Amino acid sequence: MQFGIFSVGDVTTDPTTGRTPSEHERIKAMVAIARKAEEVGLDVFATGEHHNPPFVPSSPTTMLGYIAAQTDRIILSTSTTLITTNDPVKIAEDFAMLQHLAEGRVDVMMGRGNTGPVYPWFGQDIRQGIPLAVENYALLHQLWREEVVDWQGRFRTPLQGFTATPRPLDDVPPFVWHGSIRSPEIAEQAAYYGDGFFANNIFWPKEHFRKLVNLYRERYAHYGHGTPEQAVVGLGGQVFMRKNSQDAVREFRPYFDNAPVYGHGPSLEEFTEQTPLTVGSPQEVIEKTLTFRETFGDYQRQLFLMDHAGLPLKTVLEQLDLLGEEVVPVLREEFAKGRPAQVPDGPTHAALVAARDAKAGETADEQKVEASK
Amino acid sequence: MTAYKLVVVSAGLSKPSSTRLLADRLADATVRRLALEGREVDVTVVELRDLAVEIANNFVTGFPGAALREAIEAVTAADGLIAVTPIFTASYSGLFKSFFDVVDNDALTGKPVLIAATGGTPRHSLALEHAVRPLFGYLRAVVLPTAVYAATDDWGAAGDGLTDGLPRRIDRAAGELAALLSGRGPAAPAVPERVVPFAQQLAALRV
Repeated sequence: MQFGIFSVGDVTTDPTTGRTPSEHERIKAMVAIARKAEEVGLDVFATGEHHNPPFVPSSPTTMLGYIAAQTDRIILSTSTTLITTNDPVKIAEDFAMLQHLAEGRVDVMMGRGNTGPVYPWFGQDIRQGIPLAVENYALLHQLWREEVVDWQGRFRTPLQGFTATPRPLDDVPPFVWHGSIRSPEIAEQAAYYGDGFFANNIFWPKEHFRKLVNLYRERYAHYGHGTPEQAVVGLGGQVFMRKNSQDAVREFRPYFDNAPVYGHGPSLEEFTEQTPLTVGSPQEVIEKTLTFRETFGDYQRQLFLMDHAGLPLKTVLEQLDLLGEEVVPVLREEFAKGRPAQVPDGPTHAALVAARDAKAGETADEQKVEASK
Repeated sequence: MTAYKLVVVSAGLSKPSSTRLLADRLADATVRRLALEGREVDVTVVELRDLAVEIANNFVTGFPGAALREAIEAVTAADGLIAVTPIFTASYSGLFKSFFDVVDNDALTGKPVLIAATGGTPRHSLALEHAVRPLFGYLRAVVLPTAVYAATDDWGAAGDGLTDGLPRRIDRAAGELAALLSGRGPAAPAVPERVVPFAQQLAALRV
């Protein structure tokens, strides 16, 4: 089981001080947060991708490459990479390059984005969102697995004899998650390829996501990648903690009330009841997070949203201390209890290479057996 | 035989409201008509006033709270709908529109809908034709020919030589709704959504 954080990369005014960080400050803060995540023992740092203010991370592999140079263990990922409006050829190249530089500590989450105008800004049609996600990923998948690619599709220039460079590290492409908040087609896509499915369940009630995750698990088995329990599931979470529950609520309320995504809507109390948001003590965060397993089954990756809504960097770093020191160690222990042996761990490059080699070994053995007959 | 599911959406704001009164009379008349044919009807009333905050929150968060979700599910699963709004500023009320804004675009496709409205003066009656009917037309509902408008004066007036009184208009509209429903029978329980197999998605793109 992997634990980490994902960042939207919003530049938001701190509602308690009226101060707005500069883009430069926010970018450097994201780097500091990623480094801190490694320092406190988290497994994953993921950044969003946006192409409009007030968001800074338009160029995720540039940022992740810089972070890779300053870290040793943490997996660098995205939340999400826009499979609809980015050229799949460039995704193949950028992430393979990042994979080499980061010694394999890279995976990627595909998403369709939530900002309508990004489609026309990048020359695409939003009504083709799902077909774009399907076709572009089919090409990306091929580019990472076949040395020389001939390609013709509906949405991009054909390719003849094209080789994406560099080739993936050890010839094993980065693990891919498909993120979706509402589309069964994407759960189906993840299942078809045997990729991971990430349900960013942080803004909506769990019943909705349970259906999507169950569909993904069932279809994963249908396509012969394993049992439904072996499907690779990631979930979101959103927390604000202080030792004392009341302190957490008091401190977080102005950020909640003014948050760009849900502020000026339901109360903090209503929202915490309806969604995974937990505002309270580390113990409350542990309890709430453990309920995710009851809803979705044993899963592989838990990402928390920690740095948004104008929270100052200092506060976010304190939150990460609490997360790394008091919450995650307990969650690791608790999630390990009763976890069936056949349920896979969170994906790593080393594990994917080992799995590939084991499979090649089996095939070689079979060939030997055949030859000796 | 299973009962028809008739859902009544009322956007009246006061309690009691003449909008709710009109909604109830339309529902009663429809139930009576169907009873004559030996058909049973389960009536569910959705009072939008009680959901006002949840509807606003849904706009902000993107998801419905528990009570609103229940109302949306009832409307989506209904065999027929009676939708009644007060006329505000030359159109349906904002709350009425907001509710149908958070219902799925295709939730009402093919559904019989009886539209009705209340207002302080008879001079706003055509708002039903100019505003409410196109709203349900967009949603691809089957909007009944008779739309019932009740001005304050209607509650104390009989018809005249040129116009039917309110009770007769209610009865005519209810008759249309009952006739449409009895021609169809109650809907079977919803089939769970099926996903398009991925090979088909790929094939559609010829990748």
